[in-house]
Amino acid sequence: MDIQDVIRDQVTNNGVVLYMKGTPQFPQCGFSSTAVQILKGCGVREVLAVNVLADPEIRQGIKEFSNWPTIPQLYVKGEFVGGSDIMREMYDSGELQQMLKDAGLVGED
Amino acid sequence: MSATRVERIRAALQERFAPTRLEIGDDSALHAGHAGAREGGGHYRVFIVSEAFQGCSRVVRQRMIYDAVGDMMHKDIHALAIRALTAAEAESQGH
Repeated sequence: MDIQDVIRDQVTNNGVVLYMKGTPQFPQCGFSSTAVQILKGCGVREVLAVNVLADPEIRQGIKEFSNWPTIPQLYVKGEFVGGSDIMREMYDSGELQQMLKDAGLVGED
Repeated sequence: MSATRVERIRAALQERFAPTRLEIGDDSALHAGHAGAREGGGHYRVFIVSEAFQGCSRVVRQRMIYDAVGDMMHKDIHALAIRALTAAEAESQGH
């Protein structure tokens, strides 16, 4: 399967997908670490965290897929939300929490 | 070398957006030694206020800025933290 198709599958079949450097337990970059903390702060139930450092094809492919040059990148319900600056702005204003809540992706099952 | 990069970023953004405010910070020293820094790219912070962002989403604004700095994004810049506002937004947020 083409890498663009792999990414499309990931973002459409998972509510919240975070492309990051490292893992949520061991982020390898401050911006990725911030992104993980923000999602935790939102109380997101489940995140598919994709470590781009583990896969050079994904690392390049996601930049093309999103037309966005940097990592981390957040997708919610198949929509590109942004990188860590945008996540921070939306978290500070409460928009991110609302978006995730509206999508039914936070709180208890 | 870093000063030159900041000046190049400034020139590119100045030309594209005619900002009423433009602040560029160089955080490269804070990240010396980490993987991205070893590849040679710097860490920069941009605070920019311009009417060019009117009606544009956050994602679109950042894409506009990435586009304006062009090739630097791949070679000279490892990370670019961006805050892009219109004058009205900057005022309402107390900047």
